[in-house]
Amino acid sequence: MTSNQIMFVLFAAMITVFSVLTVTTRRVLRAAVYLLFVLVSTAGLYFMLNYQFLAAVQLTLYAGGIVVLIIFSILLTSHISQKFEPVELKKQIFSAIAALAGAILAITTILDYKFTATSEAAKEVDMRLIGKSLLSVEYDGYVLPFEVISILLIAAMVAAIVVAKKSGPGKSDSKTLTQQ
Amino acid sequence: MNSGIPLHYFLILATVMFFVGIYGFLTRRNLITILMSVELILNSVNINFLAFNRYLFPHKLEGLFFSLFVIAVAAAEAAVAIALIINIYRRFTTINVEDVHEMRY
Repeated sequence: MTSNQIMFVLFAAMITVFSVLTVTTRRVLRAAVYLLFVLVSTAGLYFMLNYQFLAAVQLTLYAGGIVVLIIFSILLTSHISQKFEPVELKKQIFSAIAALAGAILAITTILDYKFTATSEAAKEVDMRLIGKSLLSVEYDGYVLPFEVISILLIAAMVAAIVVAKKSGPGKSDSKTLTQQ
Repeated sequence: MNSGIPLHYFLILATVMFFVGIYGFLTRRNLITILMSVELILNSVNINFLAFNRYLFPHKLEGLFFSLFVIAVAAAEAAVAIALIINIYRRFTTINVEDVHEMRY
């Protein structure tokens, strides 16, 4: 086995084990930490595929941003040592059957399909190329999805602020809150 | 670079991660853990995009940019979802999906 294969097996094992733990653990904070491990191992896979920029984005945005956001909301909404009740067995079994059936179907399809790679030379993905094609309007440019994603981010930011904002003391909806 | 690792391995790994996310989505009751399952699903799709890009179309950048946009959408989704979850918690003092009957405000 080459060192590459050893790294892949390591990352794959980490991803599988920790994603299963993320969805089965009964402590919510531990689930968040396991999710962090999954995301960091995924960044390792991106490094193996030679996409350094995306691996860095994965580490800073996913592992740094989203996991911290999730952990903050856990601390705001539940007690740290709170344990979930175990999921009822029937639900567990049927969900596992559904997930297993889907996984087996997808994996058999993948193994049957013959993927054919192009013979064209690989492109060196560096920061300059990414920046240029992100803002280019040429054939290989991605300026339209870039603009769409900017609008989406603005809309999401405004929505998050409006939804999470505490209404002032004189507002009517805060009165209905206290009446209940 | 990625010698000795067939494309299928990446795809199977992503499939396993995706369906573990589906399983979590179906069994969890807490809204935050459901959100975590969705993050797992989105992440597995990103692995697929990048593996296809690297193995089948190494002269293009589509997979890279799509995973970049998926990451941006996931960040926006997490922010809005957590704003909603905190609001629901303020109103019902629980984020268990079975105890939240209405979202009227």
